Amino acid sequence: MTAGAAPAVTLRGIVKQFPGVVANDHIDFEALQGEIHALLGENGAGKSTLSNIMTGLYRPDQGEIYVHGVPVAFHAPRDALAAGIGMVHQHFRLAASFTVAENFALGTHESRGVRLELGGIERRVSELAQRYRMPVNPRARIWQLSVGERQRVEILKALYRGARILILDEPTSLLTPQEADNLFATLRLMSAEGRTVIFISHKLEEVMAVSDRVTILRRGRSLGTVLTAATTPRELARLMVGRDVVFSLKPEGHTVGETVLLELRELYAESDLGTVALHGVNLQLHAGEILGIAGVAGNGQRELAEVITGMRPRVAGSVAVAGIPLRGADPRQAIDLGLAHVPEDRLGTGVAPSLTIADNLILKDYRRPPITTAGLIRYDRVRVRAGDLIERFDIKAVSPQTPTRLLSGGNVQKVLLARELSGSPRVLVAASPTRGLDVAATESVRSLLLQAAARGVGVLLISEDLDEILTLADRIAVLYEGRVMGVVDRAQADVEELGLMMAGSAR
Amino acid sequence: MNLNATLLVVIAASAIFYGTPLLFASVGELLAERSGVLNLGVEGMMLVGAVSAFWTGQHLHGPDWVVLSAAVLVAALAATATSLIHAVLAVSLRANQIVSGLALTIFAGAAGLSSYLGNIGHLGGHARLHEFKAVDLFGLGQTPILGPLVFHQNALVYASWLLVPLAMFYLYRTRPGLHVRAVGESPETADAMGVNVAAYRYVHTLIGGALAGVGGAYFSLAISPNWVDGMTSGAGWIAIALVIFAFWRPELALVGAYLFGAFSSLAFTLQARQVHLPPEVFNSLPYLMTIVVLVFVSTGWAKRRLGAPASLGVPYVREER
Repeated sequence: MTAGAAPAVTLRGIVKQFPGVVANDHIDFEALQGEIHALLGENGAGKSTLSNIMTGLYRPDQGEIYVHGVPVAFHAPRDALAAGIGMVHQHFRLAASFTVAENFALGTHESRGVRLELGGIERRVSELAQRYRMPVNPRARIWQLSVGERQRVEILKALYRGARILILDEPTSLLTPQEADNLFATLRLMSAEGRTVIFISHKLEEVMAVSDRVTILRRGRSLGTVLTAATTPRELARLMVGRDVVFSLKPEGHTVGETVLLELRELYAESDLGTVALHGVNLQLHAGEILGIAGVAGNGQRELAEVITGMRPRVAGSVAVAGIPLRGADPRQAIDLGLAHVPEDRLGTGVAPSLTIADNLILKDYRRPPITTAGLIRYDRVRVRAGDLIERFDIKAVSPQTPTRLLSGGNVQKVLLARELSGSPRVLVAASPTRGLDVAATESVRSLLLQAAARGVGVLLISEDLDEILTLADRIAVLYEGRVMGVVDRAQADVEELGLMMAGSAR
Repeated sequence: MNLNATLLVVIAASAIFYGTPLLFASVGELLAERSGVLNLGVEGMMLVGAVSAFWTGQHLHGPDWVVLSAAVLVAALAATATSLIHAVLAVSLRANQIVSGLALTIFAGAAGLSSYLGNIGHLGGHARLHEFKAVDLFGLGQTPILGPLVFHQNALVYASWLLVPLAMFYLYRTRPGLHVRAVGESPETADAMGVNVAAYRYVHTLIGGALAGVGGAYFSLAISPNWVDGMTSGAGWIAIALVIFAFWRPELALVGAYLFGAFSSLAFTLQARQVHLPPEVFNSLPYLMTIVVLVFVSTGWAKRRLGAPASLGVPYVREER
């Protein structure tokens, strides 16, 4: 960044309301030409809303937008594109069945006539890819690409459309540490060319590593902009959360038991598309142990959780809970053996969103006494049970009769954990248990997992968030293309090495 | 014996004859579905097309080709207007597309709007005054085998042969075609790239309506000698099944339409050949085959290979959280 650079984007007094929430509350923001500007905040702080306003996806209720000092009004994304603002969304905007070049061709009108001329586009994609050192095959179909490659396509697409200002929404959330480093190098290259990069993140380390300045958002408001060089991670964390944050939760002197509670042997399973998702997985989980399963999304994590909990048939191999083999795809047997499951898709597979909190809390043992006697559900007992669990797990709800979908993400997760942990399970399979939760909810979910382990429950923690695994797990297994690349003790874990394993380099 | 009178050639020729309305309707539905709009109102739109074509044919006077062209045009316009109801409900109001489409068939179909129009126009019981007759193209109609199949068909059959390559070129080789596929596959991607999702969905739902109308006109101007309430008798539903059978590809819709055309014609052909089986058996064949085809394409193997637009039937809302 050069001193005295001109403003590239300026937002003044932006207000955006959604039913029940003010997502952006009079936000002022300015990014300069040629800088990498981080937009830091927790989930729900209003970062994505603000970027959607800058790219014309949402229209602000109040406030003004200036691009290079000129006031603009965006009615649709194409207006923002025309003004030189491009965005790389967290959920990529790519048509999966199309080739890379076809995705580039969408919405462009530079060629004469209606004929689709992909040859020229393919050439220009290759040129751009070379210039920014982001290799990509223009003829590959999107579904064939890895997440990192898809992100490259997204960035190149924005550059192809002539973006001078590039907004990236949580760009590292699905990348390995090495891929993230490559991304940062590309961003620096772009800023050196005079392009403006707005980098949305809630991860302090990467904000410190890559940005020139940081704007902090909290609950829809801007807390101001600071020079990265003049701040510390601790100060940013305090601004972001509004209080001091405990960085480590792990109790000292915690010991792992000897008993093997979950044993996977030569496990093979297929994905929904019929491809091999698990490729001979061998793992052991002990009493009181938290075993972290690290890996980039889509390397068999979902299938692993589903096979263990009896939701997906296995092709070969065995699963045993406390020495008793699991018959096949039979969730009820898994439950009876003491398997608890916090699925990744909590509102889809975890709870029934339209049922009340009380009903969701008994979904696993409604068949048994004391909840059911003589074939009838005893609602007086359900109410007592619900009241008790709501208090014990600190679930914030108007009443036990509230439909579960009306709860915040953190409270839905607590309902789920309350149900799963109250049945005194042997093994808990938790998939991305804190994804999308704010810092406070994340803390309470993590301490529930630690408490469970302290009581002797074996916890299989599947997470794409390597920091989370490093915080909680006793041992770490890395999954890559359905294989376990290696298992390491946390004490000996090295981020660099884990990153290499996540990218498929064998140990 | 004349080669052109052999059973196989007769069945093949009539497969084309009876398959053509299915082809029009299913190419139309295919275009709508490619844009992400599932329209189960095809049967209703075809019936509106059939009745308005017949009405035009009875009331307009002039040379055959003028009256017939006008009748097809009126049928297309009437069915387009009918499909507008679905477009407004499904695209603008984001209604459930299955309910909206079913409602459209009930509203416009047999015992509904088309039946009402036929009754107030006193169309029942009169023989039609104009009809699509087979045209002997280049005088090659008597050529062995190819003659009856390729050179002795009516004008709408020839038109459908232009329609299929046109639809293919449009979908695979043009920029708007790429946009339609993107809108059906991933509307948020298309939107982010500056494609007007609602406009594409409207236009293709309406094109689907127009082509269903032409398919309907075929029934009252080429197949049946008079107007009968509910005369398409399920062809609209077969057309919808055909879209799946064709993996959303126009070239396969052609194959599928003629296959079903063959089943529809078997009853007449075999009866004419003195093959005696209860007529119910033959009449139920196309519907039975619809079930068989749907079972086949619903198996795991086919599902993996199917090219269903990923956002088919899903309304697009930009500001959602």
